[in-house]
Amino acid sequence: MNVILTSLIILTALAVLLAVMIFYVSKKFFIQEDPRYDEVEAALPGANCGGCGYPGCRGFAVACVDADTLEHLNCPVGGAETMKVVGEILGKEATAKAPMVAVVRCGGTCEHRPRMNDYDGVEHCFIAHNLYSGETGCSWGCLGFGDCELACDFGAIKINPETKMPEIDEEKCTACGACVRACPKMLIELRKIGPKSRRIYVNCRNKEKGAIAKKSCSTACIGCNKCVTTCPHKAITMGENLAFIHDDKCKLCRKCVEVCPTNAIVELNFPPRKTLTATEKTE
Amino acid sequence: MLKTFKIGGVHPEENKLSAGAKIETVKVPSQVVIPLAHYSGKPSVAVVKRGDYVKVGQLIGQADGYVSANVHSSVSGTVKKVDVQLDASGYKRPAVFIDVDEKDEWDEGIDLSPELEKDFSFTKEEIIEKIKYAGIVGLGGATFPAHVKLLPPPDKKAEVLIINAVECEPYLTCDHQLMLEKGEEILVGTRILMKVLDVEKAVIGIENNKKDAVEHLTNLAQEYDGITVQALKVKYPQGGEKQLIDAVLNRRVPSGKIPIEVGAVVMNVATTYAIYEAVQKDKPLIERVMTVTGKNMKTPGNYWVRLGVFLSDVVEQAGGIPEGTKKIIAGGPMMGRSLMNLDIPMAKGTAGVLFMDKEEALREPDKNCIRCAQCVFVCPIGLEPFLLMNQSEREMWDEMEQNRIMDCIECGSCSFTCPSTRPLLDYIRYGKSTVGLRIRKRTSKMT
Amino acid sequence: MDKLIISPAPHVHSNNSIEKTMRQVIIALIPTMLAGFYFFGLGAVIVTAVSVISCVLFEYLIQRFLLKGPTTISDGSAVITGLLLAMNLPSNIPFWIVILGALFAIGVAKMSFGGLGNNPFNPALAGRVFLLFSFPTQMTSWPEPSPLSLQYVDAATGATPLVALKGYAGEVPSILNFLTGNIGGSLGEVSAVAIIIGLIYMLWKRTITWHIPVSILVTVAVFSGILHTANPEAYISPTYHLLSGGLLLGAVFMATDYATSPMNARGMLVYGVGIGIITVVIREFGAYPEGVSFAILIMNAFTPLINTYIKPKRFGKIMK
Repeated sequence: MNVILTSLIILTALAVLLAVMIFYVSKKFFIQEDPRYDEVEAALPGANCGGCGYPGCRGFAVACVDADTLEHLNCPVGGAETMKVVGEILGKEATAKAPMVAVVRCGGTCEHRPRMNDYDGVEHCFIAHNLYSGETGCSWGCLGFGDCELACDFGAIKINPETKMPEIDEEKCTACGACVRACPKMLIELRKIGPKSRRIYVNCRNKEKGAIAKKSCSTACIGCNKCVTTCPHKAITMGENLAFIHDDKCKLCRKCVEVCPTNAIVELNFPPRKTLTATEKTE
Repeated sequence: MLKTFKIGGVHPEENKLSAGAKIETVKVPSQVVIPLAHYSGKPSVAVVKRGDYVKVGQLIGQADGYVSANVHSSVSGTVKKVDVQLDASGYKRPAVFIDVDEKDEWDEGIDLSPELEKDFSFTKEEIIEKIKYAGIVGLGGATFPAHVKLLPPPDKKAEVLIINAVECEPYLTCDHQLMLEKGEEILVGTRILMKVLDVEKAVIGIENNKKDAVEHLTNLAQEYDGITVQALKVKYPQGGEKQLIDAVLNRRVPSGKIPIEVGAVVMNVATTYAIYEAVQKDKPLIERVMTVTGKNMKTPGNYWVRLGVFLSDVVEQAGGIPEGTKKIIAGGPMMGRSLMNLDIPMAKGTAGVLFMDKEEALREPDKNCIRCAQCVFVCPIGLEPFLLMNQSEREMWDEMEQNRIMDCIECGSCSFTCPSTRPLLDYIRYGKSTVGLRIRKRTSKMT
Repeated sequence: MDKLIISPAPHVHSNNSIEKTMRQVIIALIPTMLAGFYFFGLGAVIVTAVSVISCVLFEYLIQRFLLKGPTTISDGSAVITGLLLAMNLPSNIPFWIVILGALFAIGVAKMSFGGLGNNPFNPALAGRVFLLFSFPTQMTSWPEPSPLSLQYVDAATGATPLVALKGYAGEVPSILNFLTGNIGGSLGEVSAVAIIIGLIYMLWKRTITWHIPVSILVTVAVFSGILHTANPEAYISPTYHLLSGGLLLGAVFMATDYATSPMNARGMLVYGVGIGIITVVIREFGAYPEGVSFAILIMNAFTPLINTYIKPKRFGKIMK
């Protein structure tokens, strides 16, 4: 009995003593912080992807609170909605930015781009890129070892085991830009999602002259200028034998897709052609 | 006990199949493509244009900047175009395309007589000017312009000249054969270099698997004051500049410094021969010796090849691609580059073509690291390859820098020796290039 | 022409492999094993067989059914764990205890950390220490050596030399018996000559470097020599220290285990000195007569620290 009593007393005394110490320390060393940091951080997605250019979500929250306007700040993951919430918390105007999504600008699947040699090293794009131009004749195209897949924190990019090409899951892609930085061939680009996710882009980065490009890949952009002359909105420019569609000018009329001789221009999420004629008329 | 370097090293199978094969001359094909860029440094600028007639030895590419070298025509004929050509890595490099005529007309002033030209009375400056004009680069593989090495910073003084005749790469024999056939010329070249550098002593370092070359040069060197021949224990990578200095002089070049820091200048033996020709015969660097070899090759041999000749032409004259070839390597098996095809023009740094069959070519799948520390024991720089690979996989760049990744000479001893066949060097190269980029970014920010 | 293979340099590989390395260790263990078989007869054979088979079997079962990955029993590392565990057991130990030890060695000390190369502690020693704590009676009743006997668990037991030297019980055998192995103890630790043959083989084949075994033995000799000179009455002489107990076996086969020892020459020396000192301290001042196993396991724990702070000798210094 006595033993139980003494130990109870000692433990209770110890508990009280420690509690007092903890209380004192937490008061003494309390750092007065802007409470809005926490509020903003809570509103952010919490992925810490760094897509905004700040070290993690906390860093971005601090930047938001300290900034005068939210003009140059954007959370690519949360998009306009999150920025609106952040704006409400801080009483600042959040400028809506068009939501973006990553696209891989290479269409060189096995059928289009025959393999010329077998790579027998570490399956890592950067290592292969440092060594040589790649398994195919196209030195600009996708290597297919999945550095982008590794870089993506959201599981939005996957290498298709059949084509050995990366595919992007639009639902999951947050346009944080990690894959853009990871790709040694600089094939991945952030583009506007577009109305109803409809997008048109040149699915190639090959800057070779037409004949050489065509030889290495049957769906390469050959720089024939047809799309540039066809485009009614002057949204396409040609540089170094490679067409580029500016997504801010593109009106998604799809005329370029039709004229491209190598099918290097692709359209995404459009309804099939036949129904289009009707909508086109109404436009 | 023969001398050698002190830390690490491996001994791959030597496979010097073409040893003793006389150097034969490869016939010039009807078209050559002379690369203006070599592996290191800036490409030179073409000074000829389409339709120009060029003679053998005529300047066609002017050096552009400090680390860059002149390029001369290796044939006589008409310039077809100045365009780009895929190099060994599959990327485009500028090159001059020339249609060859039958005449083989040489540029004026080049002495084509085979007689040995022993005496020279040029000044230092004249010699350096000649070497610079002749476009001579290190023929051991790094292709660093030779004249840059001969102009040490004013506060440093060279004490010893080391001629690198180690040829530690397995299979390659081009330097070996050159020493046997052109020994005297090499010694004269060494004298020229000694004069330029103002040194009293020169050592020719040769691995002891080339006993005939050691003997031959030792006999010849008796007539040349200050030149000694040093036989070295066979160990890879003895041909590395820092390892060779350690082996011969027992001095270790500090991290990130060049050999002149310890008073040494290292020059490859083939480069020395080219320097002899440039100075004594006014002949620019338009050809070199290369080895064409492989275990399935019927007649492995050594060949004089003009620059710009396609490797496919060389191989055809050397007996064709052997049956069952699955890998073709430009250079030796330890540091050479595997090729996608043979449609690649001969460049100044191409020391050999090596054919491997499937069994030799394929890598074993990698397994768990068993932490046996073999990679640490064989690393000639005393790095920890296993650690660097792990850090590279995890992209720990700052830690890699602390672990002196930039000192790695990419000799491949670690990957060679790993019992689990782990791709150590692949990852280390990845780390090294990334860390190098970060350092350059940082220093450019500071200035 | 077929598609060519492209890979980064180097394009050749030495014929080193895990299997080859493990095979060399197994060959080096054969003399030790045979000496054990000779002096302890049937019991030694049974214990060794049970240990090896159960180690390989447990590794296979875990990889096949728990991890559902590829099995790597063919690389021989489980065989070595089994052999080393058996070498550290008395030959009269019941076989079910051996099986338990194997389960602990493979299941807990090796596979739960990620298998070959990732284990922080030497699996065989971990198994041995586990058994030592769990079955102290069976683990410390050493059979008397009786050449080619057919007895197993009912073998006559006696004291090991270290126990005798500490003055607890029994007589101290002659040096010759120490060398050949005609003494009581675990079945692999008795014959100094057999172990040294294994050491020479491994050094010749470059399976291991000299750093760890030599630094351990020198440290033990020097440290115990100092103690013995200071007070010959209280402390055992260095000769007995070196030849008795598991010191040689530990220094040659256990401490040199790749995964759990430091990865450069300087680190190995520090590690060896550490083992030597701890061994003598435990033997001379501790309650246990034997301390090599504990010393190695303690230094295993320090290995990551040694790897972090003790770097190999670099080529060339850093200039400011």
